[in-house]
Amino acid sequence: MTGGVVVVGAGPAGLSAAVELLRLGAGPVLVADRESEPGGVPRHSWHTGYGLRDLRRVMTGPAYARALVSAALSASADLRAGTTVTGWTPGPDGTYAVTMTSPAGHQTVQAAAVLLATGCRERPRTARLVPGDRPAGVMTTGELQQRVYLGGERLAGRALVVGAEHVSFSAALTLEHAGADVVALVTEHERQQSYAAFRFGAAVRWRVPVWTGRVVRRIAGRERLEGIEVADVRTGTARFVPCELVVFTGDWIPDHELARRAGLAMDSGTRGPAVDTTLATSLTGVFAAGNLVHAAETADIAALSGRHAARHIAAFLGGAAAAAGPGAAAAGARLVVAGPGAAAAGARLPVLAEPPLRWISPNAIGSAAPPPLGRFVLRSAVFRRGVRLEVRQDGRLLARSRPARLIPERPVHLGAAWLDRVDPAGGPVRVVTGT
Amino acid sequence: MTRSPADVVIIGAGVVGTAIARTLAAYSLDLVLVDAASDVGTGTSKANTAILHTGFDAKPGSLESRLLSRGSGLLRAYASAARIAVERTGALLVAWTPDQVAALPGIEANARRNGYLAVRPLTAAELYAREPALGPGALGGLEIPDESIICPWTTPLAFATEAVTAGVRLLLSTQVTGIVSAGDCYELATTRGPLRCRWVVNAAGLGSDTVDQMFGGGGFTIRPRRGELIVFDKLARTLLRSILLPVPTARTKGVLVAPTVYGNVLLGPTAEDVGDRSDTATTEAGLRSLLAAGRRILPGLAGEEVTSTYAGLRAATEHSDYVISVDGRRRYACAGGIRSTGLSASLGIAEHVAGLLEEAGLVLKPRPGPAASPPVMPYIGEAGVRPYLDAAAIAADPAYGQVVCHCERVTRGEIRDALASPVPPADLGGLRRRTRAGNGRCQGFYCGAAVSRLLAEGGAAVGAGAGAS
Repeated sequence: MTGGVVVVGAGPAGLSAAVELLRLGAGPVLVADRESEPGGVPRHSWHTGYGLRDLRRVMTGPAYARALVSAALSASADLRAGTTVTGWTPGPDGTYAVTMTSPAGHQTVQAAAVLLATGCRERPRTARLVPGDRPAGVMTTGELQQRVYLGGERLAGRALVVGAEHVSFSAALTLEHAGADVVALVTEHERQQSYAAFRFGAAVRWRVPVWTGRVVRRIAGRERLEGIEVADVRTGTARFVPCELVVFTGDWIPDHELARRAGLAMDSGTRGPAVDTTLATSLTGVFAAGNLVHAAETADIAALSGRHAARHIAAFLGGAAAAAGPGAAAAGARLVVAGPGAAAAGARLPVLAEPPLRWISPNAIGSAAPPPLGRFVLRSAVFRRGVRLEVRQDGRLLARSRPARLIPERPVHLGAAWLDRVDPAGGPVRVVTGT
Repeated sequence: MTRSPADVVIIGAGVVGTAIARTLAAYSLDLVLVDAASDVGTGTSKANTAILHTGFDAKPGSLESRLLSRGSGLLRAYASAARIAVERTGALLVAWTPDQVAALPGIEANARRNGYLAVRPLTAAELYAREPALGPGALGGLEIPDESIICPWTTPLAFATEAVTAGVRLLLSTQVTGIVSAGDCYELATTRGPLRCRWVVNAAGLGSDTVDQMFGGGGFTIRPRRGELIVFDKLARTLLRSILLPVPTARTKGVLVAPTVYGNVLLGPTAEDVGDRSDTATTEAGLRSLLAAGRRILPGLAGEEVTSTYAGLRAATEHSDYVISVDGRRRYACAGGIRSTGLSASLGIAEHVAGLLEEAGLVLKPRPGPAASPPVMPYIGEAGVRPYLDAAAIAADPAYGQVVCHCERVTRGEIRDALASPVPPADLGGLRRRTRAGNGRCQGFYCGAAVSRLLAEGGAAVGAGAGAS
């Protein structure tokens, strides 16, 4: 394949991007996924609620994954599961030689554009620095779901779930499905963070207590888990809770290895590659979408992010082709930045979310092109009501949002109508909280 | 048991016991290697700083100094033949205070007395030229160019594989609980039945004083010293080139930062005396103190993810030196008190013990036939070509192109090979030490279920979730 697009990751973002790229005639498109089956995380997430905003119908995770895979295949995407993209090297003509490994051997594919859609994962117990023993029986939701829904495992005994956001309730449901008794959900926050409307949450919410304001201080058990020590955040009082399973949920981190190894500018808030409103990264011709740039939004939002990136990739490739004539798509690629009011590549303005905001995505401005769904998405570190988000550049107020409610791990949105008021020659754009 | 008594039973299949087993396996002896654990190398051998020491900082004239110097050279050569991952990164010993600067000439002179002559002083400017990410405030240091990093897991496995291939009987999950002398034989009571032998070698590590007492010893007591360590993500690996050592104190070598052969960065260890010989738990205070030390040494670590944390127990005793002795009358050898240099010195210790055994009357007659050569182990380092990068290997066997553990890029072919190896894993931890599967940044988020399934198909015990490794 030459001159096409390589999409890394066949989850909702990558598959949706492939469909859109092919619909726009920006093919050929090769989608590589390192897992043995395409579809991403929804493959092993059996609750319903998938597909709402992108496919306009609601289904379970596996059905959603199948629908996306089937759409990509119908669109003639070259879908390759069991294929690990190991990196790429830029060529003199602006294309990338993308290297991949699979049971078929090594391959190098020339691509005029690359879309990273590698998703995110939950931080495991070790990354959260939870001390204690290292017994079996400690896992993340991702591993739990794969064991139960892909492996058909039964899990007996008492289980604790660390976290009280959507995915935590999903984990509790999975544990109950597998035969375990969920003792409680444990969160350091002062309250749980799931929507009342989420049915899978509601299914367990009334049966399982949520212990708020508590942290897991120690894990005990030499071979098998025997229990965990849970401490009150305020008083420090600890107690031992016997259990056989503990599932660490949420605390997402983008799978950014390829992005970092390729030297892309990274955003310290999202920990994904810094992307502008077209989802272009700091490297011309390389885009990033989905939960790699906002870990973690729901699958349909990731899918729409992929679709958004696809449109800008198509514009980028089309612009390149238009600039340099047919057959030279890649040659002119470096000179073109998609979108109205395009700034020169590399001259992007950072968008900074200031504490107590944790991050904002997209987090760079290269043009006045609107972001996915016409809005920025943010996360807060704290609960707070009646907060107005203010957008400022060099002290100048560009916009002020309507009062919003901040909840940790839940999205807060910020409209993008202020983009054309940004001074391209000015300082970074700052998003701060006001009242 | 009707079997005739073994010539030698080696108690303890850590790096020292397996080294002694493969060394004695060169001779016409009936050998048994026993360990209470379900795998080789599960105690101090698996949880340490994974450094192949030169011995520059040992106490001159000590047995440790001599065996470390000899052993590290032997292991370097052995590792090269057995494909044990080793990288000669060199070490920089960094002084951060005027007192520490004042200690440098003494450390340098000490290295020379240990026969290590390549040590040389470095100015602060030279330190920063070599390690640009080093934290501010370094005043000077020493370079020890031969300090290396090594795979601590493959090493005892290679020794055990060589021993088993040469006919040594490896009895795992077999704890020695007592001993009865019966004429010119011993009968060892074990959790798996009695075991008769003529000679006993005690290489029981953290249990070596207990075994010693069974033989009427009592010359030393193990005082376990716990060391907690933090493993940072591979993306932190570009922050440093060398092992960064602190100026040691009387009590401990201090907290170091080192690359690992798996491409990660290691920070540790703490040093804490604990009563419980199996307490390898990490602690909130320990991890916090390490992070504080790490931020000073290499500030860039603060922005990197932690992949793993663990703790190991050093088999410290009231003596500063190794406790190695052979009693010909009792046909008993003891290699105890091997605190924190056992991996580097292992082949030196084994050679020394074999020599003492021969002096004490054990007949060492070379085995007929060609001399055994080191086994060729699966290479699990990051510096060489791993199977997923090896086009020829994948062409010959597509299983080497099927990545199962994505963070560590471990293929189904490697997992299959480990399960079929002469010393196969008994559990998830064992598979991790042989292949790295599940050791990566996701700790099983992606591959935990799949790896467990492969292990179960291979017949090993499986527990859900990230087990100890």
